Amino acid sequence: MVSICFYFQVHQPYRLGHYSIFDIGKHHNYYNEKHNLEILERVARKCYLPTNNLMLNLIKKHDIKLSYSFSGVALEQFQKYKPEVLESFQKLVDTGNVEVLSETYHHSLSYLYSKNEFKNQVKLHKKKIKELFGVTPTVFRNTELIYTNDLANFIEGMGYKGILVEGSDYMLGWRSPNFLYTPVNTSKIKALLKNYKLSDDVAFRFSTHDWAEFPLTAPKFAQWVSAVNGNGNVVNLFMDYETLGEHQWIETGIFNFLEHLPGELLKHPDNNFKTPSEVINSYDCVGCIDVPHVMSWADIERDTSAWLGNRMQQFAVDRLYSMEKDILASKNKELIEDWRKLQTSDHFYYMCTKWFADGDVHKYFNPYNSPYDAFIVYMNILNDLKYRLTGEKEEIKEELIDKKI
Amino acid sequence: MVGLNFKVRTISSLLQAYLTSKTYDNIKLNYSGKFFGKDLYDEVHLYAEKAKAIALMEQYDIIHAHDWLTYLAGINAKELSGKPLVVHIHNTAFDRSGGNPNPLEYEIEKKGFEAADAIIAVSDFTRNKVIKHYGINPNKVFVAHNGIIITDSQFDHSQFKIKEQDKVVLFLGRITLQKGPDYFIEAARRVLEHMDNVKFVIAGKGDMYHSMIERVAHMGLSDKILFTGFVPDEDLDKLYAMADVYVMPSVSEPFGITPLEAIRNDCPVIISKQSGVSEVINHCLKVDFWDINQLTDKIVNVLRYPVLQRTLREHGRVEINKITWDRTADKCIEVYHQVLSKI
Repeated sequence: MVSICFYFQVHQPYRLGHYSIFDIGKHHNYYNEKHNLEILERVARKCYLPTNNLMLNLIKKHDIKLSYSFSGVALEQFQKYKPEVLESFQKLVDTGNVEVLSETYHHSLSYLYSKNEFKNQVKLHKKKIKELFGVTPTVFRNTELIYTNDLANFIEGMGYKGILVEGSDYMLGWRSPNFLYTPVNTSKIKALLKNYKLSDDVAFRFSTHDWAEFPLTAPKFAQWVSAVNGNGNVVNLFMDYETLGEHQWIETGIFNFLEHLPGELLKHPDNNFKTPSEVINSYDCVGCIDVPHVMSWADIERDTSAWLGNRMQQFAVDRLYSMEKDILASKNKELIEDWRKLQTSDHFYYMCTKWFADGDVHKYFNPYNSPYDAFIVYMNILNDLKYRLTGEKEEIKEELIDKKI
Repeated sequence: MVGLNFKVRTISSLLQAYLTSKTYDNIKLNYSGKFFGKDLYDEVHLYAEKAKAIALMEQYDIIHAHDWLTYLAGINAKELSGKPLVVHIHNTAFDRSGGNPNPLEYEIEKKGFEAADAIIAVSDFTRNKVIKHYGINPNKVFVAHNGIIITDSQFDHSQFKIKEQDKVVLFLGRITLQKGPDYFIEAARRVLEHMDNVKFVIAGKGDMYHSMIERVAHMGLSDKILFTGFVPDEDLDKLYAMADVYVMPSVSEPFGITPLEAIRNDCPVIISKQSGVSEVINHCLKVDFWDINQLTDKIVNVLRYPVLQRTLREHGRVEINKITWDRTADKCIEVYHQVLSKI
């Protein structure tokens, strides 16, 4: 028996505008509304609306199961700019075939910097999901699948029964991602591991002409999945939802592929579709996973270097979280909300300087011309935040910084 | 370049790179007699005449001439030998004049471009100018970016007295319209409204030198914006080493090698997007030369956050390693082969 378990990430950050030193203390319009609206319009047209429609048809026709994780900041933007996108997701959840996962409201790196803030954001997210979809998530996925042993332990303490993890080779060694595993130092929680080879065949390689398996067809892919029978319980296909239609354009044939995939998969009598919760209820863990260092699903390194790899990124994120106590103590709702929006991981991703190796993906999603411009805008905004908090314009003390770098 | 043979024959001439009418007249004060031209244009024609003798005597496959000063010589050589002509363009009449080219220089450039079998521009920025302003067929215009010789920085940033209290922002280049010193000064004024402990150093000379000094005095900033006058080559590295950031706000810069020299000396750079060098480096800050607020924003942030300086420095040094003269030479040889294959 092989269960196919889909999880799609739905996220849109609040991208920042060109905020300069001349704006500090004068206004607090940090976000580029026009740009955010444009992107949302485009992704809605190319991905969310057509893909949701397709998924709804596949549920009706083949009774497929799938799961989504929505960032709170994406849901807010749907409500504000594109309510029909939210409605189409609600319709999907209403079928009962779709599970909604838990994450941090602001798609943040907070787990690595403040457990307190992390908990707050997971709670905010839980509330939002209940409000919009009428359900309460029981399986957790952290921003960019950032994961450590501690996180699994912490999340178990918060009452979750499952957690999503990258099925990286260095963690698994000879073992297969196609089973459930128990994180070390936990008792009940189960880990679902991404089958990155099969996931990336769709997410990254689908339209790659110099890939030996190009073109990827539904029968071929279904055959690969079916081959897991006898050597696994579940194939976890985890990817960004925007892959469908936005990263892999309609012209690549991605929708045609998806439309035919369930039929092909179900030709094999031992295959079925399950949501993450159903997988957890159906299968037992076969072993233990041990991840003492921080892991993620990003890039070839599977680490956090895309967000925290260079000194600018580390400096900016340190400054941000060093404000936590004072910001929260201010009880100023707008200030707290702006501080949280600045936690969205994308802001740090834009400051990434790893362009030499896997630059193309980074460049494509970067609204700035350079990581340095991203840093400058971000620091100007942090300065304004500080100004709102203390009434003083910041002059950085150099002694402090020199110790840092 | 190892293994290639060179033979040099010299021509007695006062021509040198980036010569203008005015500087030519100044040089000529030191010489007398009929040997040289009565003005720069006359000198250019004389040089072209003298080149004929070499063109007839030597054995060669291709002719390569650099900038308008030598284009007529190249054309003469081509006419006499029937060999293909490649002209290299480092700087157009439009760059030199801020958009109002000297008609005599423009005419010689156009003549050279038209007579050439191939044109090598130092950047896409310059290539586009050749195509747009001179009406040249894009198929024969190629790009070979300039390079830099990598050396280790010999000076320690902290050894300079001025550094004890102040951050240093450097402008280095000819003080001419093309280099945008006026934008630099205006940005300096705005930076000083945000930060106090900064000195701006303007190094170099040029036809705007005196007017810039007066303007700074008029602004009351003579103690903050300092002029060095002419700087001998051996002191350039010291200047870069002293600076916290190097700014090249050029209005129109065909290539612009100074930012690479700054990076080589571990000095981060802010460059105008209207430059060829901005096509080959990314680990720097880029601005439109006219956007003084943007330039101010970047200067302030670079000075305020040493972590930004350090990231720029570290990545910049890695990046310039690939910008070698060998790469430039390979590109030229590629063009030679292409030209010769068409004969």
